[in-house]
Amino acid sequence: MKAASNLQKMLDSGHFAVSGELGPPKSADISTLKHHAHDMRNHVDAYNITDNQTAIVRTSSIGVAATLMQMGLEPTVQMTVRDRNRIALQSDLLGAVSFGVRNFLCLQGDHAKFGNEPGSKNVNDLDSMQWIQAVKNMRDEGVFIGGEKLEHPLPDLFIGAVANPFADPFEYRPYRLAKKIAAGTQFVQTQCIFDLDRFERWMVKVRELGLHKKVHIVGGVTPIKSIGAARYMQNNVSGMIVPEELITRIKGAQDKKQEGIRIAVETIQRLREIEGVAGVHVMAIAWEEVVPEIVERAGLYPRPSLA
Amino acid sequence: MIVGERKPLAEIAAMLKPYEKVCILGCGTCVTVCLSGGEKEAAETAAALSLLWQKEGKKGEVKTGTVLRQCEYEYIADYAARLEEFDAVLSLACGVGVQAMTARLPENIVLPGLNTQFMGYPVMQGVWKENCLGCGDCVLDLTMGICPITRCSKSMLNGPCGGSQDGKCEVSKEVDCAWHLIYDRLVKMDMLERMEAVQPPKDWSTSHHGSVRTMVREDVRVEGSQ
Repeated sequence: MKAASNLQKMLDSGHFAVSGELGPPKSADISTLKHHAHDMRNHVDAYNITDNQTAIVRTSSIGVAATLMQMGLEPTVQMTVRDRNRIALQSDLLGAVSFGVRNFLCLQGDHAKFGNEPGSKNVNDLDSMQWIQAVKNMRDEGVFIGGEKLEHPLPDLFIGAVANPFADPFEYRPYRLAKKIAAGTQFVQTQCIFDLDRFERWMVKVRELGLHKKVHIVGGVTPIKSIGAARYMQNNVSGMIVPEELITRIKGAQDKKQEGIRIAVETIQRLREIEGVAGVHVMAIAWEEVVPEIVERAGLYPRPSLA
Repeated sequence: MIVGERKPLAEIAAMLKPYEKVCILGCGTCVTVCLSGGEKEAAETAAALSLLWQKEGKKGEVKTGTVLRQCEYEYIADYAARLEEFDAVLSLACGVGVQAMTARLPENIVLPGLNTQFMGYPVMQGVWKENCLGCGDCVLDLTMGICPITRCSKSMLNGPCGGSQDGKCEVSKEVDCAWHLIYDRLVKMDMLERMEAVQPPKDWSTSHHGSVRTMVREDVRVEGSQ
């Protein structure tokens, strides 16, 4: 099958993929985001654009994707089911495909309680699993959820989902991934990996179930910028585990930022050694400028060029 | 049962500002059991309001009463004559009761004294939890008697989201992850394969999302009855 995107090409051909992440701003001025995108263009294969991450109102993922396309860069549009019903989700997907987006990451989304509109309605008309399956059915069967046919077939799309080895019940998590694969997931990005031991235990079961052969598993890596940021993730971000010894290590370092980068590089190097890990997704939120350095020091630069 | 919580006194007082002769009307069923709108709470509310009016120097009269079920016309009808003398009725029933009262007694002003919370039950003395959204298409057979539509904060049908940790929902440590509970029950009963199939998108048209619902039972319907 022909690859739908550069990211798919990279993963399908067995290259260790690298994706970056761009968080749109709380304004319509995306000039800073464009700078970040430009600065890491030679270091990442595609850019995830978050969809109102942690339920905070921001420029839309699809809006930013349009700009990236104009810049000649490849977006992965994140779409949560939190804010849109099936009418809006399917419509927005068509809109994004219409201007060239091919990578979609389908996810549930943090509860609106965490964001800056805590009084809003949580839509959740579909759940993430159903949304993955809906995208697959639109692409492969040419049908909307309601059963009506699309007027024209869609081009090939690359369907992504998320997996969180740090959530509970831990024993169930590999099976949840299996279900997402059955629903149509082709690549999966994990929650930020700080607890590598737990991640490896998850991978053991994933391999046992043969899931790494059915889906591209991309490990999430976030460089820790400060003790404060680590503490914030530890206590305030749902579904995350930040081990105390990691914080101790940064505390003890002379140059704390450098230590954060060093840990991210080490994490990537360790992930590369794990059978079944197909790439990394570097989420340097509010610290985008360090992505090139991390990618280079992890030995993943230059990126392979696939025509 | 329907669980409610009495509105704050200040809000009730503001609502009743234009009226001098007021009846605080308890309801004898759900809200009596959940200790928010029965005879006892009507008396307490009346006493508190009277005191407040006295303090504010407002002239007025607050009386109390209780209707066994404010949500049924026949119980309202039995009580209707006793409400004629009042400028306003503060109903301590749920929203259903307030509206049934309004429909049956269109000449009266009926105001809500409770915030209707949810359908649920007391899990221990003094703690009530929400269990049913009334979605019109029960899935409890699939989910081991634990409703994910209601008890998962994201109404997911295909297992726990990535925010579930230590058996708790990402929204609050006070909220159990419904899918963790379902999972544990499935493991215990050796029925985990039930979580394998992808449950298709829910048809929400049977719920409130499909517009205002009316149920008609032709076998028991009596034309013109009230």
